Amino acid sequence: MTKQIERVGIPVVHACSIVPISKTVGANRIVRTVAIPHPFGDPDKSPEEEKKMRKELVKKALMALATPVDQQTVF
Amino acid sequence: MTFERGHLAVDDVRFGGQNELRERVLVLDKKTLSDFLLSRDNRIDTCIVSIARPGDSTRILCIKDVIQPGCKVRGDRPGAGKKHVLDNVAVVTCGKIIGYQEGIIDMSGPGALYSPFSTTLNVVLDIDVVPGLTPHQHEETIRNAGFAAADFVGEAARSATLDTMQSFAGLEDSTVSPDLSRVVYVYMLLSQGLLHDTYVLGRNAKEGLPRTIEPLMLLDGAITSGNCVSACDKNTTWHHQNNPVVRELFQRHGRELNFAGVVLTTEPVRLAAKENSAQKTMELVRELDADGIILSKEGFGNPDADQMLLTRGLEQTGIKVVAITDEFAGSDGFSQSLADSAKEADGVVSVGNANERILLPPMERLLGPISDLSKLAGAWPHSLHEDGSLEVELQAIIGATNELGMQTLSCMEV
Amino acid sequence: MACKYRVIYCLNQFFGGLGGEDKAYQPPQLIDGARGPGILLEKLFPDIQVAATLIVGDNYVAEKTEAAIREIIALLAPLFEAEGVDEPHLLLAGPAFNAGRYGIACGAICRAVREGFAIPAVTAMYPQNPAVEEYRKDVLIARAGEDVMGMEDAVRSMAVLGIKQLSGAELFPDRDGYISHGRRKNYFAEKTGAVRAVDMLLKKLAGKPFTTEYAMPVFDRVQPAPPVHDMSSARLALVTSGGIVPRGNPDRIEAASASRFGVYSIQGVSAFSAGTHQTAHGGYDPTFANADPNRVLPLDVVRELESEGAFGSLHGSYYATVGNGTSVANAEKYGHEIAKLLLADGVQAVILTST
Repeated sequence: MTKQIERVGIPVVHACSIVPISKTVGANRIVRTVAIPHPFGDPDKSPEEEKKMRKELVKKALMALATPVDQQTVF
Repeated sequence: MTFERGHLAVDDVRFGGQNELRERVLVLDKKTLSDFLLSRDNRIDTCIVSIARPGDSTRILCIKDVIQPGCKVRGDRPGAGKKHVLDNVAVVTCGKIIGYQEGIIDMSGPGALYSPFSTTLNVVLDIDVVPGLTPHQHEETIRNAGFAAADFVGEAARSATLDTMQSFAGLEDSTVSPDLSRVVYVYMLLSQGLLHDTYVLGRNAKEGLPRTIEPLMLLDGAITSGNCVSACDKNTTWHHQNNPVVRELFQRHGRELNFAGVVLTTEPVRLAAKENSAQKTMELVRELDADGIILSKEGFGNPDADQMLLTRGLEQTGIKVVAITDEFAGSDGFSQSLADSAKEADGVVSVGNANERILLPPMERLLGPISDLSKLAGAWPHSLHEDGSLEVELQAIIGATNELGMQTLSCMEV
Repeated sequence: MACKYRVIYCLNQFFGGLGGEDKAYQPPQLIDGARGPGILLEKLFPDIQVAATLIVGDNYVAEKTEAAIREIIALLAPLFEAEGVDEPHLLLAGPAFNAGRYGIACGAICRAVREGFAIPAVTAMYPQNPAVEEYRKDVLIARAGEDVMGMEDAVRSMAVLGIKQLSGAELFPDRDGYISHGRRKNYFAEKTGAVRAVDMLLKKLAGKPFTTEYAMPVFDRVQPAPPVHDMSSARLALVTSGGIVPRGNPDRIEAASASRFGVYSIQGVSAFSAGTHQTAHGGYDPTFANADPNRVLPLDVVRELESEGAFGSLHGSYYATVGNGTSVANAEKYGHEIAKLLLADGVQAVILTST
């Protein structure tokens, strides 16, 4: 789905845990997430720490969207 | 218009007291041959003549051209009359010109499988020129010496008894069933400068192309080679004289297809020129009312773009294309084979991956201007091992991945 | 029955009988004898004996591949120290069918075992398995169907390929049923290139089937879209293939091979919660996502960042589907439709989350 959205000119950042799959899928901006069942979560952390980590990850995603790239890039 | 080609093969080539063909042995007077070449062009300083036979432990280096000896016995213009050719004798010119020095023929061993000239009796000319020549003059000197030598050697065939004779009728003269598909041959020629040029009826292919040409002229040697870079897919003059696509199309003409004509085209160096050339070529192909074309190429890299431009353009107008090309897929076979791609190119004949490596064993005799293999400079990677064996890519071997389709080498995906 | 071939068989937690997504993080363990598909293998090939079965969780290998492989190699090493009669001949892994993480695990194990122990290592995957692109170059991957319906054929294929490779025979993708490595290899044909060219053209002209000798590469990569110029005023949208849907899954998006995507309003919604949303995705342990769906689609922090001015505004809806074995064709279709909706709303940037 990332390719179809990018094709119309909208930058997409693919947040996923398995980067090789993201590359196969063809995403150009990739942010590596925590784990498959909880990409933006970590049940081992306290809820406050977890949310803080989640926010940092989303900030990274926003940064990726604002960064020019000319090939597949993992942020 | 008709053209006849008389063929004969000889059992051996030897040096002897006079130039003659006796009992199927071609005897050459070494001295008169080299004197002849030296006297007709004073830019030649020295010329060493040798013979390399199939099966010899001989490696020929720095090859500039290979020419088939023959003589025109009747006819005053190209493509008309009669020519006698020696089927299994070749004149091979070598020399060191500024630039790359690749171009190997091994007369035996594993490398022999990759060149058609390991099975011909080769008259090898190692030519050195006088100092002070420009590279263009140097190249021209060797090129012309090769043609002159081929005429000289070919004289022996003038009054010889022929083995076979082939007769070809001009395309306008033949009546063919309208049910047969009209097939045109689009013949791409390298014309990109020093050591990268081709000549049509003596003129540089940069001028006057694209154009149609009567194929009988091709059989009569209308195209000669001035390029020697990229040994594997360089069309030597021999390849042009014996174009296998032309031969095959004539063979099936009137029975399986209608050989409708030949369009010669170039491989220019600039994109705009490429597009222009492709446009004009397509117009000529349409004027010949082609149903399908065979598209051959010379060289690699930017010529891939020309081949794709033509393929895409013609397929989009409904004309079916089969393109012949070699590949540069890396020595491991995993690189992208061509510099350009077109989804319309769904019918491709591959004549091999030229990056594939081969280990050539040491040979007893080296012919050519370099006697020390460690001084061999090439456009292709190679390494000389301690025991004298030479590891090269197929790129280095003359004719290995010939894109007229002369060889049986092909490539598959595994 | 004399055993001709000793095999090590590698399976994930599910096919190894340990459990489902809840056991996806199982560290590797080695047990004697055959399990699951290994039992089928022994039945199909009486002269094959599964000496040992390695079972490991999909996620365990897929998420930290290098470390997991080191562990697995260490576990397998003692098997190779035994010489002569007891040494394994061959390793089989999978079949992974269309499961991406299982495919990664199988591919990585095969690659490492081949390199480290120099025995043939074969797996099987559906050609569109995302792991194929990563591993096909150097791993022997038999062609398998999309799901367990193709189990017997896949097990058979893997075994035959492995035995052929042991014998040193030359392998060809079409004839031997494996996914081509993508390597170009020279060979001498019977006819010259010129003759083959004319033959091919005549077939093409007659509308008869023909085979090209070089298939043009298909470059299905998209040019990266230009970056957002001014994030503080940009309109952002959220998309997920992690299956986060309103509680009850009103559109009945399937847990696997989803045939549709959902469009869900988040107007005035500041966060997901266990009470309002859930996951519909069947391909991962749902516990964490159901307890807090923000862990898959981080709406809570996105809203916070919106109010802090990190970006301009959030699109009023989010789009969700389940990316579990979803066909490439369908995924493309959904992407296409979602793209149209995004354009219509003036969306300038997208965060797409996957699991």
